[in-house]
Amino acid sequence: MASSSSSSSSSSYSNPPCAACKFLRRKCQPTLCIFAPYFPPEDPTKFSNVHRIFGASNVSKLLNDIMPHQREDAVNSLAYEAEARLKDPVYGCVGAISLLQSQVAQLQKELDATNADLMRFTTINNNNNHGRVAGYGGGSDPNYSGFSLPYSNPGGEDANYS
Amino acid sequence: MNSSRCAACKHLRRRCPSDCIFSPYFPSNNPQRFAFVHKIYGASNVGKILQDLPVNLRSKAADTLCYEASRRIEDPVYGVVRELTNLDEEIQKAHCQLARIRAQIAVIQARDEVDNVNNPNFFPPQND
Repeated sequence: MASSSSSSSSSSYSNPPCAACKFLRRKCQPTLCIFAPYFPPEDPTKFSNVHRIFGASNVSKLLNDIMPHQREDAVNSLAYEAEARLKDPVYGCVGAISLLQSQVAQLQKELDATNADLMRFTTINNNNNHGRVAGYGGGSDPNYSGFSLPYSNPGGEDANYS
Repeated sequence: MNSSRCAACKHLRRRCPSDCIFSPYFPSNNPQRFAFVHKIYGASNVGKILQDLPVNLRSKAADTLCYEASRRIEDPVYGVVRELTNLDEEIQKAHCQLARIRAQIAVIQARDEVDNVNNPNFFPPQND
């Protein structure tokens, strides 16, 4: 009877390499590998995207400088940025920011117009009821203007990122 | 020492060739700009991204790479993705606010309709 091999140094069936180590063709030691918790072997695209844009060495340095409980979020945001940059090599995430800022500006206009309507209706209603107070203070804020745009049109000609 | 080297070649301590991929977008008077992208992306990756683009789009690409790199340095965990999240929250808040104000307007309009059809001769039902 042949005894089953019990090699402890080579990767066994129970410890497949993480996506990073598989991509980099190196041995993966899950307890030591900085990438293993965040790049499971089932999702090889995640690491290949991040590697293509940021590089393994840069990601490793970044993760080492971050507290362990924040590393998963960091990896996910890096993966998001990498994917966005691969889809849009010119604007990356900045393209999406620009779109959302336009939506915010549009909604602000809509809010201003709707607030004006509310004031009009409130005034008319008060006049019709001769002093009946309109109780619309249930949490509403007619002067809501909570938008703050950090910059305008980052993709425009006057964009200045320096 | 060649004083006309771009910021990238100065940072990388190499000669700046006449066809340097970085020099149009990383002038020597702004060393921090290249330092940021080098720290986050690496010179090689930035060079590849720029090389793969038509010349007329490289300036915008360099600008957005610098922007994202600077955001990542300021916020190593979320980088520029935090702005996306914040904007998304603002949009959700605005939608809720709009819905609330429209509901208030609908209430006022409904009250106006009730007032308009109010019958001054209305008598409540009497119990026998």
